[in-house]
Formats: sequence, C-alpha cells, structure tokens
Amino acid sequence: MTSIGTGYDLSNSVFSPDGRNFQVEYAVKAVENGGTSVGIKCKDGVVLAVEKIITSKLLKAGANKRIATIDRHMGAVSSGLVPDGRHFVSRARDEAASWRNVYKTPITTADLASRMGGYLQAYTLYSSVRPFGITAIVAGYDSEQELPVDGQVGSGPSIGSGGKVEGKKYGGPGLYMIEPSGLYWGYYGAATGKGRQVAKAELEKLDLAAGKLSLLDGVKEAARIIYVAHDDNKDKEFELEMTWISNLDGPTKGRHEEVPKDILEEAENLAKKALEGEDDEEEEKPAEGDKMEE
Amino acid sequence: MNHLPQAWGRPRDDIYGAYDASYLQQNGPNQHTQSPIVTGTSVVALKFKDGVVIAADNLASYGSLARFTDVKRLRKFADTSVVGFGGDVSDMQYLDRLLQSLDTEEAYSASGHTLNANNLHKYLSKVLYNRRSDFNPLWNTLLVAGLDEHDKPFLASADLLGTTFSSPSLATGFGAHLAQPLLRKVAPDEEATAKLTKEAALEAVKESMKVLFYRDARSMDKYSIAVITKDGIDLKENEQLEKQSWAFAEQIRGYGTQVN
Repeated sequence: MTSIGTGYDLSNSVFSPDGRNFQVEYAVKAVENGGTSVGIKCKDGVVLAVEKIITSKLLKAGANKRIATIDRHMGAVSSGLVPDGRHFVSRARDEAASWRNVYKTPITTADLASRMGGYLQAYTLYSSVRPFGITAIVAGYDSEQELPVDGQVGSGPSIGSGGKVEGKKYGGPGLYMIEPSGLYWGYYGAATGKGRQVAKAELEKLDLAAGKLSLLDGVKEAARIIYVAHDDNKDKEFELEMTWISNLDGPTKGRHEEVPKDILEEAENLAKKALEGEDDEEEEKPAEGDKMEE
Repeated sequence: MNHLPQAWGRPRDDIYGAYDASYLQQNGPNQHTQSPIVTGTSVVALKFKDGVVIAADNLASYGSLARFTDVKRLRKFADTSVVGFGGDVSDMQYLDRLLQSLDTEEAYSASGHTLNANNLHKYLSKVLYNRRSDFNPLWNTLLVAGLDEHDKPFLASADLLGTTFSSPSLATGFGAHLAQPLLRKVAPDEEATAKLTKEAALEAVKESMKVLFYRDARSMDKYSIAVITKDGIDLKENEQLEKQSWAFAEQIRGYGTQVN
C-alpha cells in the first residue's frame, strides 16, 4: 500500500494513483476482525453457520441471533460490524418484498445477491457515505417446482411459465458472498471473518463441486469448520448458531429455519470429538520430539 | 386587487380573464370497488371435537356466466388456519397477498410465536372494517377456520362491513340459507360439536355442498374441502360431488294435468 499516508485513504470513493479505493480496503479490515461465518451449498439445501464470541457471561445463551431470514426461503449472515449486518438484512427484506410486489413470486437467491451487490457497491461511490463493514453470505433455495403465484386463481397454463425449456432443471440451492466493495460471487462453500483461512482450507477438502454432500452432512461439516476455525483463539468462549434451508421434500420444506436443537447438539458433539482427535495427534508429535532430544 | 386567500397565487381575473378551474374537477374513473365483478359463492364450515371442516366450490362467476371453473377459494395461512373466501375474487387475491406478507413479516420477529386462526381473524376483521370505513370495502365474506392459541377448534366469520361472529357452524351467502339449517341439525350448540366426530362433520359438510349445488345457480359440483386438526391441514382442492339424486326427474310430467 504505497499510497498510505499520502491522502488517498482519507475519503471514500477516491482513487489512489494505482486505482484502489483505500476506504473499501479498510472496511475489509473490519470484516477480518469479525466472528467467522460459513455457508455450505449441499445437493439438497444450504447451511449457514456463525461463530458468536461470548464477550460477557451476562449475555443470554441462544439470544442475540446473527443469522436472519429474508422472505421465507433465504437466509443471510455476515462477519464484521454487526449493525451494518442488520442494515444489510433490512434492505434485503425490502428488496425481497418489493420483488414480490412487482413479480408476484419469491425472489431467487441470484437476483437478491445481485441487488444487494449493487446496494453495497453504491456505498463506494460517494464521499458522503462509508462502505459496509461486512462481508455477507446469502443462502437460499429456489423452488424446483412451479410455485403458484401469490393470490393466483386457477391452475394456469398446463405447459408451465413462458421461457422455460423442457428437460432443463430450474431452481435449487444458491449461495453467494458479498464483500464491502459490492463484489459478489456464487460459491459452493463460503467463509469470512477471522477464521476464514482455516475455514476455507477445510471447505476445499470437502469437494463441494461434486454436489454429493447431503444437507445433514453439511450441517455437521459446518459445525466442525466453525469449531476448527475457532481453535486459533481458544481463550475466548463462543456459541454456534446454525440455520438451514432444504428443498421442498426436505426437513424445512424450502423454508429458512434454525437447525433443530437435537441436530445442532449432535453436530457440535461430533465437532468437539473431531477436534479432540486432532489435538491428540498434535500432542503426540512433540512427545516424540522430546524423546529424540533425550 | 383581491386579497382573499382563495385568490392567492392565481392569475388576476381583470388581466387574464376568469380562472379556468375545470382541471380541478374530478370526473375521472371512480377507483373504489362499488360492486363485485368476478365472484365466488358460499363457503361452509363446521367445528367438530378436534378441529374444523371447511368447504367452498371451485367456481368464480362473472355475473350469471360460470366464467372460471378452477378457482381455489380455500387458502392456507400460518400453518394452522384456512381462510375461505366468498365474494369478489380480485379482492380475495389482494387479501391473499396481504396475508402472505403478514406471514413473512411475522417470521422475521424472533419471538418464536406463530399466528393462529384467532389472530388471523382479528387482523382480517380490522382490515375489512377499516376499508368499509374508508367507503372502499373489500367485497368479501370470509370464514376463518383453524385452531386458536390453546389448540382448540376456531371458526369465525368476517364480512365487507367488518361484522364478525362465530358459531359452531357457519356458512356465507346462499349457504347461510340452505347449509346452515342442515349443519345446525348436526351441531346445534358447542356441546354438540365437542362430541362430533371428524367423519360426521365431513359427511354433514359434503351433504351441505350437495344441497347448495342443487339449488344455488352460481355454484358448481367441483369443490375444495379442508380438515384442520392438530395434526395439520388436509386440503383437497379437486373434489367432485357424489351421489346426486336425479332419478326422480323422469317421473315428472307437466305441472298438473299432463299425463304423458
């Protein structure tokens, strides 16, 4: 960052001589300090998980939710400045509602990601605003069935909506990550926040692109990844919050819901067990070293 | 110079001639619903010991024309409720969207509570009363069937005037005249509904639908029927009226004296 200290980083929407917006890059720093968030796209649904650092024993367990529902079929979680995350969710809900008003059908995950990407990008355009201090992960499940339009009467044409090609599969799970710059991509697995490096390494091991991971296994992996990513700052306690969206045949019937308590606990126990296994291996190695010194 | 307030900012008559106020007159189209256009007829419902049965046929009439024959007038809301819509179909669609967005917003609040039929009925009746007070009513008669906050069967009506009432059995429109007497034979009071089985309730509602089809010129023999219990909503949208009796028709000749 050669231009730091030369005045190009003082105001939003200013290009440095090498074409960067430093204020956006500083916003990314805020994200890098936030609790780890993870999203995993599975073959029959999507999972969202977030690590919530317990800053005080006075905080009520299970309260202060960080993953929010958008419409009925999408969820969003973010790392970084929590109030910015709330504003993001509020805007996303407005976008989803306005889409419904115009098109009489639920917004797709891709369309919501596009609109929210555009919204975040607008906050890099003016010196009168600051960029969002969050990276958000948006997950959803677009129905594969022909959903009735809101308030629809009758069954409509038997051949389905216009523009659909026979034999092609529509709908399915969607997972997007949106950065403070407004940049967004679709992902098989996404991670952001403090533990993103470790989480990304774990996600890469899963071979999500093959599309074979089931939703239930996805829940277990997401829990494990949050636990592994937290391992670097063990001194702080944390709480795991997890939500999922399945297809219409699955446990949530296409809706975004909290992972039920029993499944969450099972996933957490498995995650702890997996970590203990790793710790044992690590402890064994230095023990061998000691022997060699002797 | 005219210093009266109504002349402020207006061109002076003595210089520009009399002010042309024609554009201020409102003679465009009236945007209030003054009468229903596409309509659904009766909705009938009956409480029984574990829940409620509700039914409505699948016809939307355009005046006397049986215009739309595949209109689902029973709609599920908030997991434990079914609303049966009579009256204007476009207003029904509006209410459907309204309730859909209410449901979405309700899910946003992390209270863990969900709407029950009682909440839904209260909300709808206030919407309807508010609209009639604006002289712009939603031209519907609704039956809200489902379970209340104590998981007890709930059945109540609300109409375009904001009038509400509940009863062991309810029927709107034509049904109030033809179906209600039949349903009241099965369930005259709350004690009787507490003993009524699901099968008996279904039977009574189906019988009422048949009587309505015989005698209501705006009805149809294809109908939807829903049973709401603690176990969920069982909604069937393509039922056909069965066991109609028309055999007697052959015996009828003329109006008195004609023999063959």
